[in-house]
Amino acid sequence: NCIYLYFLFTVKKNEVECLIRIFHSLVERADVRLDNIGLDRNAFQVIPHRIFGMTDDVLMNRVFFAFDKDNDNLINVKEWVKGLSVFLRGTFEEKLKFCFEVYYLNGDSYISREKIFDMLKNSLHQQSPEEETDEGVTELVDITLKNMDYDNDGKLSFEDFEKAVKEDRLLLEVFGPCLPEAKVQHQQAKNPSPSSFNTIHYSVPS
Amino acid sequence: MGVALTRSAQWTAAGRGTRNLETTPLNEAILKEIITFVESFLYKHPQEANYAFAEPLEWKTELEPAAFGSGYAVSETTVTSEEADKNGQPLLFLSVPQIKIRSFGQLSRLLFFAKNTKLKEAQACIEANRNPIAKILGLDYNIINEINEDSALLTILDKITRDNDPESETKVKIALLLKQLDLHLLNHSLKHISLEIRLNPGTVKNDIELLKRFSGKGEQTVLESIDYTSDYEFSNGCRAPPWRQIQGEICYVLVKPHDAEILCVTCSKEGVFLNGGKTDDEGEINYERKGEIYKDLVTLLKEKSAVFSENMSKQEVRFSEEQQKEKEQLNEVPKEEEAATLRKASDVSHRSMLEKNQINRGKNLMTKRLEPSLNWKTTVDAKVKHLLRDNLEEKHGGRLEKPRPSVLPGRPQLIRKSIEKAEEVISESSSESEEDEEPPDHRQEANADLPSEYWQIQKLVKYLKGGNQTATVIALCSMKDFNLAQETCQLAIRDVGGLEVLINLLETDDVKCKIGSLKILKEISHNPQIRRNIVDLGGLPIMVNILDSPHKSLKCLAAETIANVAKFRRARQAVRRHGGITKLVALLDCGQNSTEPAYSSLYETRDVEVARCGALALWSCSKSYANKEAIRKAGGIPLLARLLKTSHENMLIPVVGTLQECASEENYRAAIKAERIIEDLVKNLNSGNEQLQEHCAMAIYQCAEDEETRDLVRLHGGLQPLASLLNNTDNKERLAAVTGAIWKCSISKENVIKFREYKAIETLVGLLTDQPEEVLVNVVGALGECCQEHENRVVVRKCGGIQPLVNLLVGINQALLVNVTKAVGACAVEPESMMIIDRLDGVRLLWSLLKNPHPDVKASAAWALCPCIQNAKNNDKLRRHLAEAISRCCMWGRNRVAFGEYKAVAPLVRYLKSSDTNVHRATAQALYQLSENADNCITMHENGAVKLLLDMVGSPDEALQEAAAGCISNIRRLALATEKARYS
Repeated sequence: NCIYLYFLFTVKKNEVECLIRIFHSLVERADVRLDNIGLDRNAFQVIPHRIFGMTDDVLMNRVFFAFDKDNDNLINVKEWVKGLSVFLRGTFEEKLKFCFEVYYLNGDSYISREKIFDMLKNSLHQQSPEEETDEGVTELVDITLKNMDYDNDGKLSFEDFEKAVKEDRLLLEVFGPCLPEAKVQHQQAKNPSPSSFNTIHYSVPS
Repeated sequence: MGVALTRSAQWTAAGRGTRNLETTPLNEAILKEIITFVESFLYKHPQEANYAFAEPLEWKTELEPAAFGSGYAVSETTVTSEEADKNGQPLLFLSVPQIKIRSFGQLSRLLFFAKNTKLKEAQACIEANRNPIAKILGLDYNIINEINEDSALLTILDKITRDNDPESETKVKIALLLKQLDLHLLNHSLKHISLEIRLNPGTVKNDIELLKRFSGKGEQTVLESIDYTSDYEFSNGCRAPPWRQIQGEICYVLVKPHDAEILCVTCSKEGVFLNGGKTDDEGEINYERKGEIYKDLVTLLKEKSAVFSENMSKQEVRFSEEQQKEKEQLNEVPKEEEAATLRKASDVSHRSMLEKNQINRGKNLMTKRLEPSLNWKTTVDAKVKHLLRDNLEEKHGGRLEKPRPSVLPGRPQLIRKSIEKAEEVISESSSESEEDEEPPDHRQEANADLPSEYWQIQKLVKYLKGGNQTATVIALCSMKDFNLAQETCQLAIRDVGGLEVLINLLETDDVKCKIGSLKILKEISHNPQIRRNIVDLGGLPIMVNILDSPHKSLKCLAAETIANVAKFRRARQAVRRHGGITKLVALLDCGQNSTEPAYSSLYETRDVEVARCGALALWSCSKSYANKEAIRKAGGIPLLARLLKTSHENMLIPVVGTLQECASEENYRAAIKAERIIEDLVKNLNSGNEQLQEHCAMAIYQCAEDEETRDLVRLHGGLQPLASLLNNTDNKERLAAVTGAIWKCSISKENVIKFREYKAIETLVGLLTDQPEEVLVNVVGALGECCQEHENRVVVRKCGGIQPLVNLLVGINQALLVNVTKAVGACAVEPESMMIIDRLDGVRLLWSLLKNPHPDVKASAAWALCPCIQNAKNNDKLRRHLAEAISRCCMWGRNRVAFGEYKAVAPLVRYLKSSDTNVHRATAQALYQLSENADNCITMHENGAVKLLLDMVGSPDEALQEAAAGCISNIRRLALATEKARYS
């Protein structure tokens, strides 16, 4: 099983084992068959918050749905390992796809103007009259569309998104942070070991 | 009167016996005062006017007996006054031309008869009677003046009153009157002295230098030219020959005003006056004064030239300000002034300083009105900035980056090209003045028609200010999509307050915001104004801190932005002060030992890229001397050497760029040799990238001053690519660097042989025309080195190189002239080339360069003349000029010795065998100059000069006689000294 996962995902074998162990400890149901159990939305939301410091509940909701490939409102061990592998070791393409999934949420595979407005509506510091803020957000939506909507159809397809992000990687998480931010710690060049590479540590808020 | 006459009046130094009063304004004033005193004596003091002097005042008068009127017995040759003393002796007795007078009354009358010749009579009287008081009152009373103390006066008063003698009383009264006159005269002359600025070599030199600056062709200048008659300056600053210095003469200048003939002016301590002008003999001056004495050159010239006076009044403010400034620096105090005068003078000068300040203030107001003259404005601006910079330098004290000493005299720096606009003088180490040229901060005007980008950018900046991280990133990305290379956008970002926000974002924790902000800053910092704004907003220390970030993309972006910002000194300094150099050097070490990570993080980049960006920033920083040092101390050189092993042009360009910049320093050149960098530089000469080739050639140019390095270039096969790069002349920057490298490499003979093999000499000759000066300097420099060899001289001549070389002798670029004269000199060694040079009038051109103000040019021209001397056979005109040139040169520096070293003396002696007297004279004069040096005397003696010179002593030509005799005397003196040394 583990070997299968290893080939399937880009995480290393021992890392997969680790992830599975974490999953089990999280569901606290180690003796139940893996296929049918999983983390529900509430149980999941704690995790990115606690481990990765990702605090935006609305976005985490969307992340949950992106993890939940089979739309059963539960994240099983497979979905868990696959999702986490993107989080931790995802290639650019994987992350690109993942982010797009987070932003379009569900439906027609487009990020519509309304969805963008929804995601950006809290991005401006509250100004006194609400209309002004709304106006500002609308303008911001226009700006993003102007930047990313290559085919000028008023919504972002995956092709639009991919092209825009490849142009400027900063646009990957354009509508809000949905990937954990890596805190890179450099290995000292003084004592290089053959197997060493830059290890990624994630700060865990206590 | 006595004191005034002995101390203040200016007596000529010439005569020993009877000394004469000079006709100076001061003396004239004193005489006039005395005349007034004597004239009024008769009316003011009728009783004392009859007093008979103890002894008559006696002098030679020019008055004719006929001039005397009633009251005198007049014969053809004598006049006797009817007035007589109590012994019956006449009070006035004239026996042509001797006159004797014994009373003030008679003196008064005499002056009345003298009418127009009053002054002459008074002068003659004073000159003949050096102690008039003793004669008038008797020797007793002389002590009043000798001791000059009130107590002495009192003693005499006592004595007189005790005697109770009416005559004594008169005497005392006269004594007191004379004393009063004396005091009056003294005060009066002091007034004169303080008015008169006593000149010294410093003030005179400044005046002349200043006038020189305002002279030249054109209508605005004050003079056509002003030149010293002698180039030789004694250590005391005088140029007058020592025997004239004794007379207080400082120097002589030839002034050509726009509207008058050449004036020959003597500048002496007493003032400035016209002399007898140049005599027929070359270089000699008729020292005699031919006009009034003026207080300074400007006053004299104002009198002599209307155009000078007019143009001067236009320039006056500027001139006097500079004069004032330099005077303050000089802090001149004439030593030989009397103590009293000094005290007085310092008071006066203090007062006049105050006055001057007031005047200056007035003048400053005036200058505001004068502003339309652009020329004037720029000089003032430059001056103010100069002052500002001086202040700045003072503040920074010793830590200021010191200007690099020029590489070698006569080997001027290659004029480097700037990567950016002309505004950024890239080679700051050679010119620290770029800071002076802060571009004017032109902000967009409020009601100007603003481009649409302006409003769009303003909106984005609003989101940067008022948005969360997501909105900020969107705004940053959108801003980046504007054409940030366009100045409108660059300035729009700044003008709506975007720079502050962007720099603030660099201090947040959010990596994406930092990256977005740096990407924009990196682009807009190509603009020189923005660079300065970034520095002013404190952006550099923040970026330097980001260099420590674990995110490689951030490091790269920060380094790239620093590379753009650090294009001016203040920025470079800031990078260093905040420890940036060490951090940048650390970036070079990236990816050297550790392997690339298997998984690169999302926003990450490769280690090589980090090193490249580090090199890019170091390249910019390396234009400051102190940064070069800092890079070296941080261990940058081995890291750069290691990066040179790569084959990526993107990496190699900044690395070689940094190295060639730093190669201006000796310790870098040594390190470049030690780290085996030359090999890599040579290798990259073969690269296909023109910029890389240029930097490699530039680095070789800098390093090849060192012989071993030159050999290394050859051993690594660098000469061939250099020679073949000569064929591509489109890229002038590269051509300048390549020719520079060839020049320096050709200092080694082995290299020259190689260059000849590669036909580089022919190509170089082809480059003598239609090239920019920075190329020409090097081409000519290289040819100068090559032509040390006979074969190459032939090549140069056969390729028609002589003509373009001689043509270049008329240029004004000093670096070029130094090289051209050297090259022409090298060619002149060959008689056939010499003929061509002579035919093209090259010798005259060389000779005229001896008057060039730049000492290196002068020296180089002098060397070039040496081979001409040897080869100038049978052409008397040429020989004469050459000999004249040599005697001129000898006055300057250690040329006497150098001419000897360059073997010019022996051929010069042979010139004496010519049949032309002009050649004889010029040669004898040159030999006389050369004979001041002992070795030259020996050479002359060995070449039979003495016999030839002895014949010349008998010549009717006085100048020739004198020079020949002087030369023989020098040779003889040396011989005597040698013998004395031998036997004692």
